[in-house]
Amino acid sequence: MIDFRVDRPIFLQLAEAIEDDVLDGRYAEDGQIVSTTDLAVTLRINPATANKAISCLVDEGVIYKRRGVGMFVAQGARDRILKKRRERFRKDFVDPMLHEAAKLGIAEEHIITMIKERGRVT
Amino acid sequence: MTTIAVKNLSKRFGAIRAVDDVSLTLETGKIYGLLGRNGAGKTTLLNLMTKKLLPDCGEVAVGGRNIALHDAVLSQVYHMTDKNYFMTDKNYFPSSRQVRTLFRWCQTFYPQFDLAYAESLAAKFALAQHSIPAQLSTGYNTILRAIMALASNAPVVLFDEPVLGLDAVHRDLLYRELIANYSQKPKTIVISTHLIDEVAEVLEDVIVLREGRIALQQPVEDLLEGVYAVAGATDKVNAFIAERTDIGSETLGGTTSAMVMSRLTSADRQAGEQLNLEFTRVTLQRVFIALTNQQGVLP
Repeated sequence: MIDFRVDRPIFLQLAEAIEDDVLDGRYAEDGQIVSTTDLAVTLRINPATANKAISCLVDEGVIYKRRGVGMFVAQGARDRILKKRRERFRKDFVDPMLHEAAKLGIAEEHIITMIKERGRVT
Repeated sequence: MTTIAVKNLSKRFGAIRAVDDVSLTLETGKIYGLLGRNGAGKTTLLNLMTKKLLPDCGEVAVGGRNIALHDAVLSQVYHMTDKNYFMTDKNYFPSSRQVRTLFRWCQTFYPQFDLAYAESLAAKFALAQHSIPAQLSTGYNTILRAIMALASNAPVVLFDEPVLGLDAVHRDLLYRELIANYSQKPKTIVISTHLIDEVAEVLEDVIVLREGRIALQQPVEDLLEGVYAVAGATDKVNAFIAERTDIGSETLGGTTSAMVMSRLTSADRQAGEQLNLEFTRVTLQRVFIALTNQQGVLP
């Protein structure tokens, strides 16, 4: 289940949640995705919002539709999502962290040390 | 497909202009939120749209036919009325009869009424069909009226306070059933409510009434994309909003949060970052409060 936040449009958050499911392997390539009606009812959102999220994913080549059958994860979807997310990683995660660190007066070397001590996240 | 067109509609009660020159079009296949503070004219507007009240001037057309001239088109509109109104749907049906009898009566007025669906909804909400509305709680009376509205299968369904007296579990269930119903049989739905945050994601378009007039009508997503909040040190926020339209600011200690009615551009973002300001999106409820409180500035 998704806990929607205020900071971004709902359709984007839904599209990203589906992308996360593909990244984590919960949806396999060529695997079927739940219908927009099920998404709308379960998440209690307007069906048009669910459709908008799906349209985005279709445009990005993550999902394809088969008329009368349903929606499926496209071949190569995982790689496309990975590429996009990696490009955004710095802006989405590194920049805000450095911003917060600057506010708290944490030096760059200290951050690097913390990352090394933390080790690899599995 | 049934659209509702309201043209220059007005209704006065004594000196009060309850509905004041309102024009709007409701398209098929959308869920509208009708929002407004107490006394803004929401209930009067819905009552005028279903001929429970006659307007002083203006007209309402359902599917292109003027309701003043064609009574029959009103069978395409189901109105779950405000409980407190003198001529409620509660009064259409004798409240001393059992729920199952009311369902069958509803079928005579709305030929497309889906009895099996009404019964399944009653079971989901644990509303016993042998119960008698007069003996039901406020919440269960609301549930009964909402079930009849959903099962009416009318192309247009107007809900006036559909969650009045409902607990959180029943509200959640009602919203889900409403979305499921709408997905399976696309129709025009209008929801008038004060519980804005919990209905915000269900709505596609929002209509805000203020003192009997339409203050705003647009897709929820467009509205939220066209507003942002900016927070930081009071003097810096004041400097930032000096050249922008602030629709409501709050100060706590040395910090101020202001709401600006425009799209957040990258130029805005750069200007803000130089002043150490933080930008956030706002909820529909916050925009509503800013637009409808006494000091609120209309865009």
